[in-house]
Amino acid sequence: MIDMHLPILLIVVPLVSAPLCVLLRQKTLVWAFASLVCVASLGMASMLLIRVLEEGVISYAIGGWIAPWGIEYRVDTINAFVLLLVSIIAAVLMFFALPSVADEISGKQHYLFYTAYLLCFTGLMGIAITGDAFNVFVFLEISSLSSYTLIALGRDRRALTASYQYLIMGTLGATFIVIGIGLMYMMTGTLNMFDLSERLPAMFETRTAMVAFAFLTVGMLIKLAMFPMHMWLPNAYCYAPSLVTAFLAATATKVSIYVFLRFTFTVWGTEFVFEKLNLDAFLIPLSLIGIYVASLSAIYQTNVKRLLAYSSVAQIGYMMLGIGFVSVTGLTGGIVHLFNHALMKAALFLSVGSAVLRLGSSDLADWKGLGRRMPVTMAAFVLAGLSLIGVPLTVGFISKWYLILAALEAGWWPIALLALLSSLLAVIYVWRVVEVAYFQKADDDSNVQEAPLMMQISMWILTGATLYFGIQTDLTVSVAQRAAGLLLGVTP
Amino acid sequence: MRHQGIPRVVGKWFIPPILLFALYVQFHGDFGPGGGFQAGVIFAAAVVLYTLIFGLQATKQIVKPRIIEILVALGVLLYAGTGLVSLFLGYNFLDYTALDPAAPPHGQHLGIFLVELGVGITVAAVMIAIFFGFAGRRRLR
Repeated sequence: MIDMHLPILLIVVPLVSAPLCVLLRQKTLVWAFASLVCVASLGMASMLLIRVLEEGVISYAIGGWIAPWGIEYRVDTINAFVLLLVSIIAAVLMFFALPSVADEISGKQHYLFYTAYLLCFTGLMGIAITGDAFNVFVFLEISSLSSYTLIALGRDRRALTASYQYLIMGTLGATFIVIGIGLMYMMTGTLNMFDLSERLPAMFETRTAMVAFAFLTVGMLIKLAMFPMHMWLPNAYCYAPSLVTAFLAATATKVSIYVFLRFTFTVWGTEFVFEKLNLDAFLIPLSLIGIYVASLSAIYQTNVKRLLAYSSVAQIGYMMLGIGFVSVTGLTGGIVHLFNHALMKAALFLSVGSAVLRLGSSDLADWKGLGRRMPVTMAAFVLAGLSLIGVPLTVGFISKWYLILAALEAGWWPIALLALLSSLLAVIYVWRVVEVAYFQKADDDSNVQEAPLMMQISMWILTGATLYFGIQTDLTVSVAQRAAGLLLGVTP
Repeated sequence: MRHQGIPRVVGKWFIPPILLFALYVQFHGDFGPGGGFQAGVIFAAAVVLYTLIFGLQATKQIVKPRIIEILVALGVLLYAGTGLVSLFLGYNFLDYTALDPAAPPHGQHLGIFLVELGVGITVAAVMIAIFFGFAGRRRLR
């Protein structure tokens, strides 16, 4: 039975667990329960990916109403991959959660924190799994609303303004998306993505189609924090609790990129988006400018969390650059980077979170001599940082390799050169942290302990993964290649 | 406003019919306009009116915040639970036919009834919780 209902269980299990957390209330119990749920989801997501790779597309009709009338959950290689990514991150972070949440969230709010965490997780998984355009919006709101609460729980009072800023921008994005979907529904009378992709081509010449696509695209670009619509991101990541920063950085923007892929490639189709409207002529320059502007801003930050947040904006630029090439290699690069960047950014934010636990601050000035005081944590930071730069044997290298390959394949060597040069900026901002942590003496001699074991488990699983997938690329690259082929309609 | 006669008397007259009307909107929703969301809001409005007249303390003695929190969760559980029941009976999630396979329309009816009840409970509880959240805030000086 589980096998048949796998797609829905993946959503319903965390959804039901969220209110159960409210009923359980007791701190440790809630944590244990939430962890169990996340691990179970990880198991189900892996089973789903294996099944999809063996059998092809899996479809599930909710309420027994067959698509296109009912809501359909439609799983293929791309979203099975995203589902796996989100559940890996959610499950691995649960180790880190125990000490981190105990430190940063007041005891009375723990159960509410985990409720919001599970709801956010449900929302992100739901966005990825559904085959219904309006359902995407509903799950988007579930994940966004819970992430606003999660961000607002940060210790710093500025977390409230950051959360509010994100709320305004996020709502704007979601409204644009729903306007776009509404117009699509008006034109075709269907909300099912697959059905939309068959009916939309007849409407391509109308102005409504243009307007619908414009609203949808701008909305999605806001949600995925594409330059220049990224202004909500640095504050939100900077002031949120450590766990939330790591979770959102690794999943929220990635899922939004998946939504972008799904709508542009599957629903609208490359012919309309890239041949008629030439979206790539807009995506590629913006991605490149975004990479440079955000990396330069990262260099000048004095707070490590903020620095990494700007670096996230730059990394989103790489993913969108890969998508902008509209080739199998480019998309492979974009999708692989989506996975790889989630691993390395989560690892980086976890090491920052461990430092915050012991130092109480993520200001670079307080990090002097941290390399000696918390050697294990800083080692993880350096390894994940190398990955961010794109040093061979790390995941960062794999994604950059495919991106540059795609640029050369298209004959755009200046872009390949620019993408390579931008890595030097990453060297600078990672080095700034390394220099302060390893080559400057601490101001006071107070003894700082190494991070607790639970935190190190999460941190090292992810850091280990950045190295493992940097050497063993079979899984990530082959799945990404299949996904890219599927999006472009090259392979079944 | 406890000491002002007119609001108090009007409130006492109106609060029970408002609650009753909420239940009407809830359970008549499948034949006429209405449903869980609207009913929940109307129900919460009655509690809000009571609070405005008799004060937050008095309301919290009847409508305990702890209970409200549990109700928020219970409504969602009722909704999802209905879906899970059909799952365990061998049908797809939220396929209400499972509730009465002999007469599918009756099953559908029952399913929607339960789901809407869940919506009503959660919406009412959330509305009251939000109102308590604002009303309980002390003025910043």
